[in-house]
Amino acid sequence: MAEAARAMPANADMLAVAGLHAWYGESHVLHGVDLSIRPGEVVTLLGRNGAGKTTTLKSIMGILAKRTGSIVFEGVETIGLPSNRIARLGVAFCPEERGIFASLDVSENLELPPVVRPGGMTIAEIHVLFPNLKERARSQGTKLSGGEQQMLAIARILRTGAALLLLDEPTEGLAPVIIEQIGACIRQLKAKGFTILLVEQNFRFAATVADRFYVMEHGRMIDHIVRSALEANRSKLHDYLGV
Amino acid sequence: MSTIFGIPPQALFGQLLLGLINGSFYAMLSLGLAVIFGLLNIINFAHGALYMMGAFVAWFLLQHLGLGYWWALLLAPIAVGLVGMVFERAMLRHLYKLDHLYGLLLTFGLALIIEGLFRNGFGSSGQPYRIPAELQGGTNLGFMFLPNYRAWVVVASLVVCLATWFMIERTRLGAYLRAATENPALVQAFGINVPRMITLTYGFGVALAAFAGVLAAPIYQVNPLMGSNLIIVVFAVVVIGGMGSIMGSIVTGFALGIVEGLTKVFYPEASNTVIFVIMATVLLIKPAGLFGRSN
Ligand SMILES: Nc1ncnc2c1ncn2[C@@H]1O[C@H](COP(=O)(O)OP(=O)(O)OP(=O)(O)O)[C@@H](O)[C@H]1O
Ligand SMILES: [Mg+2]
Repeated sequence: MAEAARAMPANADMLAVAGLHAWYGESHVLHGVDLSIRPGEVVTLLGRNGAGKTTTLKSIMGILAKRTGSIVFEGVETIGLPSNRIARLGVAFCPEERGIFASLDVSENLELPPVVRPGGMTIAEIHVLFPNLKERARSQGTKLSGGEQQMLAIARILRTGAALLLLDEPTEGLAPVIIEQIGACIRQLKAKGFTILLVEQNFRFAATVADRFYVMEHGRMIDHIVRSALEANRSKLHDYLGV
Repeated sequence: MSTIFGIPPQALFGQLLLGLINGSFYAMLSLGLAVIFGLLNIINFAHGALYMMGAFVAWFLLQHLGLGYWWALLLAPIAVGLVGMVFERAMLRHLYKLDHLYGLLLTFGLALIIEGLFRNGFGSSGQPYRIPAELQGGTNLGFMFLPNYRAWVVVASLVVCLATWFMIERTRLGAYLRAATENPALVQAFGINVPRMITLTYGFGVALAAFAGVLAAPIYQVNPLMGSNLIIVVFAVVVIGGMGSIMGSIVTGFALGIVEGLTKVFYPEASNTVIFVIMATVLLIKPAGLFGRSN
């Protein structure tokens, strides 16, 4: 996990994105995104619908191949790498639509992503975090409730030893008590040393878990706020997000 | 009891056995098509030509290298699988994002080219291939005479089909395959080299066809057209079973072979068309096929 195998200078960024542009076919969606994350941080990417948050995560993960600029993870430039190589460096992605496989049961879904480095959580530890997944191990993945599917989508990337987790709107469409569980889970993951880049539209939720906030609009970063300055910037944030 | 429904038992069981043999080939070929279609989204029309290549590799190994049937059963699938993987890398790869139709056209063209080349090289009369010594002769079961080689074909096909099913539905490798069939981009983002998995899957599906071709060599003759005669029926089997269903293609393959055999006994006039009549009926009632998931 955060105590990475690679030698890193203290306080160096785990992830540094600079001048990132990305395209879906001909349509130019990201216009020079910059962001950085230090080991152990939880950083949230805020922004309205269509701002480019998901696109930013997919570009970092390499799922969106048509991208330029620089994405350095633990000192390795990944801009030209395919997603499977980026995953092997220790980056893992939890998609907005959750991506649970219907032809796999819950435990097959959980054990699908291969271990990429040592230090990941064991199945037993994951079952402590998400007891429902143990009870429903033999159910078809997509037969779970929305909240359980979200937990499964997060749980399956904890086994792999990935140090950086990219979570795309894990609270979307879920009931308040489930959102509370997911928040508790993210805080526990932070305590275990995971580094997390979280995309959210739910600002109130993000405020309970994140150290810093980036705000995106039209494929660009338009603001950056640290947790201690949150109160002072609250009205500005409400304007950005239109809430 | 000298007749069953007015049919002498020897004739009935004889046709049942023939049906089972045909069903063995339908099952192996439609299984390969299902595996390929699931992951590559391509309807592999070259399947019949690659089956024929498998039989020819067996014949070539015997004629020119003195390597017999058992070697052929091992080497022909490997050789044809490699040819398939080169073909996938060089050509099929560029079609995945397009409609099924493009893959079908390309593989159909390839089938015509392969068959043309073999017809040019070997003529269209068949080359005989002897049954291996170990499997000559037969067993008298009392109600019928069972040739050993035919029994072997049915058993070998069943074992290969069920092993393939087990691998896909019950192992970790199979879980990767099933997941990549649903969402290849996400599986790749977990660290799996999906493009390589696609190449290997195509190679495997094609190797299965070549294996069937070697099994067929001693029964039918080794003939450049043996694949195109069979593949039309196999496509009907695939449509009936449901494109992409693993167990569906196995069960449907054997079942339709038997149905065809029984038709030969009871209403021989319809034996060449019964599968297509069933196909048309299934398309009308359940267009996704008997085992298919409609989406
Ligand atoms: N597959 C695609 N093809 C073409 N354009 C796309 C595609 N996906 C997203 N876009 C466009 O790219 C822009 C950014 O989309 P993106 O999904 O990154 O937004 P987002 O910030 O994640 O929004 P949301 O909060 O709704 O998830 C939008 O204008 C969207 O319409
Ligand atoms: Mg999004």
